[in-house]
Formats: sequence, structure tokens, C-alpha cells
Amino acid sequence: MEAARSRAPRHGLGILWIWIVLSAIAIPLVVFVLGPHLPPGKMSSESTDQTNANIVMTALLTPIILIVLVYFVYSLIVFRAHGDTVEDGEPIRGHGPTQLLWIALTSVIVLSLAVWGSYTLVQSAKGAGGGQGPSPAFKPTGSKAALPIQVIGQQWNWTFRFPTYHAFETRELEIPVHRLVAFHVTSLDVTHSFWAYELGVKADAVPGVDNVAYVTPRKLGRFMVRCAELCGLWHGHMAVHGRVVSDSAFQAWAAKEQVLNRQIIPYLGPYQRVYVPEPKHRAG
Amino acid sequence: MTDTTADTQAHRPAWRGLIGFNLLTAILLGIGGFYLGAWIGGKLAVGHDYLIGTDQNDVGIFMGFLFGSIGWLAGLGFFNYPLQRLVGRAPLSAAAEEDMYVVPTTVAQHEGGIGRYFRLTTDHKVVGIQYFFGVGIFFFIGGLNAMLIRTELLTPHEKAWPAGQYISLVGLHGTMMIMMTSAFILGPFGNYLVPLMIGARRLAFPRIEAFTFWLVPLAGLVLLSAIAWNGFPTGWTGYAPLADEARAGMDAYIFAFILIAISLTLVGINLLTTILTMRAPGLTWGRLPIFVWGVLATSFLAALAAPVLVATMLMGLMDRAANTSYFIASGGGSPYLYENLFWFFGHPEVYILALPGFGIVLEILPVFARKPLWGYRLAVAGMLGVAFLSFLVWQHHLFVSGMNASLRPFYMLTTELISIPTGFIFLNAMGTLWRGRIRYTVPMLFALAFFFNFLIGGLSGIFLSDVPSDVTTHGSYFVMAHFHYTIMGGLVFAFFAATYYWLPKMTGVTLNETLGKIHFWLMFVFFNLTFFPLFAAGFLDMPRRVSTYAPWLQPLNDFVSASAYVLGFSMLIFIGNLIWSLVFVRQAAAENPWVSRGLEWQVPTPVPVHNFERIPVITAGPYEYGVPNAQPVADFGAGGLAVAGK
Repeated sequence: MEAARSRAPRHGLGILWIWIVLSAIAIPLVVFVLGPHLPPGKMSSESTDQTNANIVMTALLTPIILIVLVYFVYSLIVFRAHGDTVEDGEPIRGHGPTQLLWIALTSVIVLSLAVWGSYTLVQSAKGAGGGQGPSPAFKPTGSKAALPIQVIGQQWNWTFRFPTYHAFETRELEIPVHRLVAFHVTSLDVTHSFWAYELGVKADAVPGVDNVAYVTPRKLGRFMVRCAELCGLWHGHMAVHGRVVSDSAFQAWAAKEQVLNRQIIPYLGPYQRVYVPEPKHRAG
Repeated sequence: MTDTTADTQAHRPAWRGLIGFNLLTAILLGIGGFYLGAWIGGKLAVGHDYLIGTDQNDVGIFMGFLFGSIGWLAGLGFFNYPLQRLVGRAPLSAAAEEDMYVVPTTVAQHEGGIGRYFRLTTDHKVVGIQYFFGVGIFFFIGGLNAMLIRTELLTPHEKAWPAGQYISLVGLHGTMMIMMTSAFILGPFGNYLVPLMIGARRLAFPRIEAFTFWLVPLAGLVLLSAIAWNGFPTGWTGYAPLADEARAGMDAYIFAFILIAISLTLVGINLLTTILTMRAPGLTWGRLPIFVWGVLATSFLAALAAPVLVATMLMGLMDRAANTSYFIASGGGSPYLYENLFWFFGHPEVYILALPGFGIVLEILPVFARKPLWGYRLAVAGMLGVAFLSFLVWQHHLFVSGMNASLRPFYMLTTELISIPTGFIFLNAMGTLWRGRIRYTVPMLFALAFFFNFLIGGLSGIFLSDVPSDVTTHGSYFVMAHFHYTIMGGLVFAFFAATYYWLPKMTGVTLNETLGKIHFWLMFVFFNLTFFPLFAAGFLDMPRRVSTYAPWLQPLNDFVSASAYVLGFSMLIFIGNLIWSLVFVRQAAAENPWVSRGLEWQVPTPVPVHNFERIPVITAGPYEYGVPNAQPVADFGAGGLAVAGK
């Protein structure tokens, strides 16, 4: 009897200790070993915010996964039936305080995640590099002076237009470092999604919509542009490399591209926020 | 009347089963109807193809599908009774009508035999088995598509299939799976078990029940007909501008989804009405088996969400066939309208898939832990909470679409709130295992694996609900891994738990346990080896639905493909087990092999045509394991309500 009573809390304590030890090992591993490798890296302010969000969430979810797993594994070993006879367990129907504690804990975790997520989206990350539609609600400071770049998706290519540089058009993307860039993403045919992975930018290219996403690159280097919304046959081939370059290099590149563009600019049509071509005929 | 037909038909030779209204006539009339409709449509819309600049006539194709569907239903005999009434035959008496519901309409079912599974029948037990095999066949086809997709992804460039064929495979796999798994649990187990669990003899609307089943293979065949036009390029989501420019395979997608959505709506209404109105005396809400609560919550979702899909698809149909522009920007419409409508259906839809799984695992856990379900009310609250919240989260699929960007914090909040009621289900499971006497049978293993998979699937959803993180993961393989963890790891594991648990009652035959355990361990291990690395693929910038990817991701993808093949092989073990046990060994199942208190286990095996000799009076809850002096679950004897004429 004595033994039975003193055993009762030991299961709970055992689970608690195993969990604390495992969490103490796993959380630093997640933060310091896995963390630096979590995407999308630190090439821009936006991607840094996303990387931090991923590290925080992975670190937060690790103990949650562990408590459930430790509990299940412990119970499945300790409370397994012995022998072939079917024997009933204790008829415990519930435990009010445990249920209340669980509801309170999960609610606190979930609400703080939502508050923190909203804070990073609205205040610190200012839109977090996501597409915000034609009139963005969450603008980074200095958004009026941002360098506008139009991203045009079409089956199955990206083209980029620079309205402040006589609207020249190119199939290569170069952007200056440390300068706020406003991507105006639109489409000529079907829905695409402009995904600049290392920059932490993703914005759907929707026909008839000017979808704005902000980014401030912080490091020089190459980044990958892909399509993240199924757009038909060669969806997987809509990949190009972009480059973050110094401001002077960008100006030189832009000047060179304008010269190259001089002959085709008359045929390009004027710069518009959206283009509404005739509905495309079905592929034969 | 039924008695005499039963007598005469008892002596019919087996081949006579081929004559009359059955699957064969349905297929013949369906095909005939298609060509008739296509011809009429072609005449109706002469010059239409010129009008919208295509080389095909969508009016003709839609008319073909419509007439084909009518032919299919006529071939099954759905119009016999209404037509007989039209030409003046007297209506059935109330008693005869009641008998007809319980026993069968077109063919007397007393004869039994395999033929009844290929006919229109209103016996919920036959419909349940029909669903089991019907949906199972399409699930198998969808799984084969997945194998072909993984074959292409063995190499970073197009190799196994041309790009168009690959994109068709992706679309067919996704659409087939979503369509068929919508009814994966409600169909077989909802139809078969709900009347048995609530002490009823039938569902509320037996003819509608038959109708909902027969729409499912029809929708599957219509969808497969897309192959004849080289499939469709849109994946299962069918986003609008792409769907408008796609060729006739898209018509098949639209029509099949309309059929499935009608079926799903009616399933929901039917089960909802049954559970609300037909519970046996004494079956209070507090004694309702938790699986029935899961079905109730799911039916509520199905009845409210699926009609939206019908409307969406009809608008898409009009855009393609009647030159409207609901979704076409240059005509004044908006692709956003499609995305909004589709996901307003689409998000409740994923809980239509997940909720019955919750019900199944919580139903199975108490039986094999030999304890009452821990926190019954919390479980009910969890399911209803998930069902309610699922209508408020749909725009989290559209975080980067540019639509309603300032509402993103709201959808982030509602999405994360769903993890609270989902957490209840985990607490129920953990409490139920506590100090239990856990027996590791095959259904229990699948139920436990459900919690492992759903834990990973659910928590990976937290990344997707957080907008900054979703900017990276949206549209990538991370999403793909996430929803395969919840749907395959959740729903499909729950489906197999239910299959191993209830098939002995449904078929009267025991499944081989050793093969069952091999199936479980292969499936569990290789499911995780297949899908866990795909989280990494998504993090490493691999978009969904691509046939080419960065070459340095090839080792990862090859590993995934190899695991996927073993995962596919584990399904063959299940099918082998099913055939071996059902056809060859036929070891009779005990009436209550798991020593369960569930009402469905207290009826004889095989379940009699009328389920219960008398409607039982429920005297106790179904989970009173270990409760001293617990009452038996129901009184089947003199206290029960006798049914007129029996």
C-alpha cells in the first residue's frame, strides 16, 4: 500500500525529469547547431527576420514535441499489458486541474505566438517580404524613396522593369545593396509567385494586380528566383539568378541596360502598374 | 412482398445477376449518354469553339458528362421508382416503405451474394462495404500516380516522363486523393457504423445514401477521363487563369469535383440528420461514442463547405463553356475570387479529412488501454472547436497573394487558435494511456502512429501559420510535407486503424495479424522516411509540383523516392492480406474479438439485415472499462422497442 502510494507520483516525476534533461540538451542544439542553417539566411533584413522567426519557433516547438514523445514512449513501455488476459485499468475519467492547466498552457503559447508573429509582421519586419497587394498596409520606413522594380511573370519567364530608369526591361535582376527595394509583382497570363529565396521575398504574380513586396538587401551575392505557384507546363523552369551588387555597380549596370534597351523601348509599350492583355487562347 | 421475391430469387442461377440494373448497365448507359450529350452539345454550340478561340467544344464535353451521369444513374435504376410513380403505380404503404429502406429497393438482398455490391442498394451495411472498396480502388490509383511522380523526381531533369505528362500526374494524384479521401472514413465507416453505434436500423435517407455512393465512382471515372485529353495542368487546386486556358481535361476536373461536392454535401446532411434524430432511447449526448461525435462534426463541415465548391466549379464551368469572366481579369473578373471561394471550401475540407481520424483513434485507444476515454467532454469540445474554427482560417493559404494583406494578423491568430482544440485530442490520448493496460494490436499501433505523425504534421503547421516564416515555406515542399503528415500520416493511418479494428465485424472475417504488423511497421517507418526529408527540401528552396530541381538536391530526392517505393510496397502487403484473408483463408471472426464495450460489437457477426432484433435501450456509456459494477452498454431484451411486424 505504502509502495503503491509512493509510486503514484513517480511516473509523473520521471517523465518530467526525462523531459527537462532532453530539452536542456535539445534546445541549445537546435538554436546553435541547426539554427544557423535554417532558411532563408541573412542576405536581407527581411530574410534575417524570417530566419530568426524560424529559429525561435523551432526552439519553442522542440520542448513541446519532446514532452508529448517522452510521455507517449514512457506510458507505452510502463503501462503495457502483461500476458494475454484482458485486464481493465483504473477507471480515471479525467482530472479537472490537469485539463485546465493544459488549456491554459496551450492558450498562452498560442496567443503569444500570434502576438509575436503579428508584431514581427507589422512592426519589426514591416510586411516580412511578403506580397501585400496594391496598397501595402505595413510599410518599412522610407518606403516612398524605395527603388521600384516591376516583376512580370508570364509563362514561363520572369522579366523585370525599372520605371525610374526609363522603364527599361531586362531578364536579369540586379539590385543595389542597403537600399529599400519595392517589387511590384504582376502577371500577363496566369498566377505565378515571385520567390526570391535568399532575399526572403515571396509575392504572387496575379493578372490585373500590382502586388507590392519590400526588401532591403544587406549582403552582396547571388540569389535564386523561382516560381512558387503552379503555372503550367514549365513551372519548374521559371528559375533565374539575381545579384545583389554595390550601388555604383548597380548604376553602371542600369546605364548599360538602358543603352541596350534603347532600340526596343519604342516597341515595349508604356510602363503600367498592371497589364491586361486579351485572354490567352488555349494551347493547341 | 419481399418474402416472395426472396423465395423466387433464391433459386436464380448466378449469371442472372448480370441482367437488370447494375454496374454493367450503368457503364453502358453512361458511355452512351456521354456520346449523346457530346453530340447534342456540339449541335447546340456550333461555332462556339471559334468564338473563344479554341480547338475544342467545352459545351459538348460538359453536355456529354451531364448526359453520361444521367445515363449512369439510370443504368443503376435510380429513376425506376420515381418513373413507376409517374406512370401511376400506387405508392408503397408506410410499413412497406420502411421495410424497403431497411431491406433494399431494386433487388431483394436476402439472396446475399457478391452481386448486391454492384447494384443500387439502400442497406447501409452494403453501402459501407461498397464505399470501402470503391474508395479504396481510387486511393490505389492515386497512390500509383505518386509512385510515378517519385520516379520522375529521381533525376533533377525531365527524364522519366515528358513535362506535360508529369504535370498531369501531379494533378491527377492530388485531385484523386482529395476527392476520394473526403469520403475515406465517412463513406465506409460512417455509413456502416453510425447506425450500429447509435442503435438504429438505417440512415435517415437511405436512397440518398445510395446516391452519394454511386456518385463517387462516377466522379472517379470522369476524373480519369481527363487522361484522354492529356490531363489538366493545375494540380488539385485548379487556380483560375490557368484553368481557363487549359484544354478539355480541365472540364473533367470541374465536372468530377461538382459530382464529389454534391455527394459530400448529401453525405453530411444524411449523417447529421441520422445522428440528431435517430439515436436509440437512452443514448444521451454524453454516451455517444466519440467516433460518432467526430462524424457529426465532419458532417457539419461537409454540409456547409461542399456547396461552396459546387458554386465555384459552376462559375469555372461558365467561364470555360459560356464565355463569362468570373475569374478572368481582362473581362472584369478576378482570379482572387476563385482563390477565396476555393479555399473557403478547401480549408474546412482538410478538416473533413482530419476530424474523422480524431474520432477513430479516440474510439480505439480506450479499448486497448482498457480505460474510460480520459476527458470525454474535452474531446467533444476539441472536435467541435476545430470544426468551428476551420471556417475562419482560409486566407492563410493566401498570405503572399496580395489579397487583404492587412488581415494577415487575424488569419494568423485564427490559424494558431486551431492548435488549442487539436491539443485537446492529444491530452485525451495521453490521459487515456495513463495507467492503462495497453495491448499492442494492429489497430492500436496504427492509432498510436497517428499521434506521432499528427504531432509533426500539426506543429509544422505552426511555421506555415506564422506569416514571416510562411513567406519562405509557402508553395514549397515544406507545405507538401506538412499536409502529407496530416492527411496521410493522420487520416490514412486512422483509416487503417479503423480497417483492422472494424473489418472483422463488417466482413465477418479475421485479417492476418502478422501481415498486419509487417504492413504497419513498413508503412510507419517508410512514411516518415519519405516525408520528413521533404521538410528539408522545402526549406532548401524546392518549390512544389516541379519536375526539375536544383541538382544538389538529387541525393535527398533519391532517398525520398526510394523510401516512397517501400511505402508503396507496404500497401501491396495490405492488399495481399485483404485478399488472402477475405478470399482464401476466411477465418471466421469472433463476435467481439477486441472485448470492446461498443454497441456495434454487441450485435451478431455477420450483422443481421435489420441490425437489431429490437431497438436497444442504451443503459451506459461505451467506455466504462474498469468501472466497478458497470452496466452493460445496452438492454437488447424485452425492454427494447419491438419493431412493427417483427
